[in-house]
Amino acid sequence: MRRDIFQAIADPTRRAIITLIALQAMTPNAIAEHFDTTRQAVSKHLRILTECELVKQEYSGREIYYSLEIQKMKEIDLWLNQFRKIWETRFNQLDNVLSTMKKQK
Amino acid sequence: MLNKEKSREAGKKELQFAFTIDKAAQTVSITREFDADIALVWDAYTKPDILDQWWAPGPYASKTKVMNFEVGGRRIYAMVSPEGQERWVIQKYTSITPKTNFKLFNAFADKDENLELPGSDWDLTFSEQNGMTKVNVTIYNESLARLEKQLEMGFKEGYTMQMKNLDEVLATLSQK
Repeated sequence: MRRDIFQAIADPTRRAIITLIALQAMTPNAIAEHFDTTRQAVSKHLRILTECELVKQEYSGREIYYSLEIQKMKEIDLWLNQFRKIWETRFNQLDNVLSTMKKQK
Repeated sequence: MLNKEKSREAGKKELQFAFTIDKAAQTVSITREFDADIALVWDAYTKPDILDQWWAPGPYASKTKVMNFEVGGRRIYAMVSPEGQERWVIQKYTSITPKTNFKLFNAFADKDENLELPGSDWDLTFSEQNGMTKVNVTIYNESLARLEKQLEMGFKEGYTMQMKNLDEVLATLSQK
């Protein structure tokens, strides 16, 4: 199932998970220790993040380690940055217009 | 994500710029200071002939077809690419408090004014301090993925940060 990536990161618990595993790969149990929710709830969040390809799983023996797909996070930043740049440019242009208007007064 | 930046242009006052994304609230908040009094800034946001001079990031151009700045009124404008391609947007004004705040509903449309829903809700607040005017634009999207759509307006391709000869254009306009 293809998920909306922004819906995935709209949830505060999922954002906290992302912050945690950005530092190091972790097992679901280790992640769950950081939250008051059930292990099942954490697993559900991890499943959604995996479906969005925001996290990847790696097997080490019997344990599964979750780590962050840095590239995917960069993609989000990239288009947010584009949106930001549009406003920056727009406002720089407004500076010039205002400056001209002031001179005309 | 919070980014504060000084105005890049040398020799100008340092103008505050903050771009914040609240993914939980699904809002984007943009705050910017302008070196002008509130009356001038308000005019720049609410009069079509002035809006068209700055609203489209260069090399795009803004072309306002209709604008009735009143509650229930609307602005219909096109973002025109250098190749002449038009992307229409309709903004409906839902609330206006002169020189303080206005709210609008923003949606893309085709040239026959058929809306491409869902759109987004915008809240613009103006305040003046020491002759400087601060403007906050808060945009609420049902989904932040909608923001992506705004980028599809053609900005992705060929969009450049360079304000091509804008100063020259403005200088010409001011000589009229």
